[in-house]
Amino acid sequence: MLQFEWVTGALGGLIIGAAGALFLLANGRIMGASGLIGGLVDGSGRDSWKERAAFVGGLFLVPAILAFAVGGGQTHVSPNLWIVASAGILVGIGTRFANGCTSGHGVCGISRLSMRGIVATVFYLIGGGISVLLFRHILGVI
Amino acid sequence: MRLVFAALSGGLFGTGLFVSGMTDSRKVQGWLDIFGDWDPTLAFVLGGAIIPMFFAWRLTEGRRPALGGVFPPKPPVRLDGNLIVGSLVFGMGWGLAGLCPGPAIASLSFGGQSGLVFALAMVVGMLVAVPLRARLDALPRPA
Repeated sequence: MLQFEWVTGALGGLIIGAAGALFLLANGRIMGASGLIGGLVDGSGRDSWKERAAFVGGLFLVPAILAFAVGGGQTHVSPNLWIVASAGILVGIGTRFANGCTSGHGVCGISRLSMRGIVATVFYLIGGGISVLLFRHILGVI
Repeated sequence: MRLVFAALSGGLFGTGLFVSGMTDSRKVQGWLDIFGDWDPTLAFVLGGAIIPMFFAWRLTEGRRPALGGVFPPKPPVRLDGNLIVGSLVFGMGWGLAGLCPGPAIASLSFGGQSGLVFALAMVVGMLVAVPLRARLDALPRPA
């Protein structure tokens, strides 16, 4: 049975890919969220900070408008701030060590048949699977 | 013009994340929950996103970006500890909260206190990564 959420998932995916294609073909840049944000945060992307800030601004603003206009803005993230803070620190450190996240390695890397992108995706999927197994099924905290 | 297209790309990325349901941590954790109630939506999202990007990469061959500059060269294939351990650590955090960097920013306006704390902690993690990486790189390597 094809579920509605799979269709909206694929449609949203196509839009994400179109965003990456636009950023690549127009600006000549790889659409990797962690790299674009990280370069702003640690100053390593100082010479392109305006472009990075414009991208992050659009990424923040348009979903804000959509959620306000059509509703459906629900993240269901844990209310336990210790869990959330720990997760954020792991994501921040991990993506900078790996030089990429789901958008950079996953979307942009795999589509280029980049071995680094494919290997990174395999390992963050393994990490995510272990994490949910450990924290949901063994420890029962999420 | 570069800023306009950067903002447009970011806005389109956010739209895609919102439409696909990737700003909902339950869908992400559902995908990673292979021993529980598995949700395959994320595979449709990633698959859908790879299609336009695949053609975009093909279009870069022998061309230059529309707004000037050069396309990013393919980095050398270096499958080192930073890539593998970094991805594992990222994955652990991704599964724990159900958010990765893109959706964290895209959901900031409606993610409440948890969303804000996650984004701030992510920024702290990114800042910590710089000296941590420098220190680990300076360690003597086993011969």
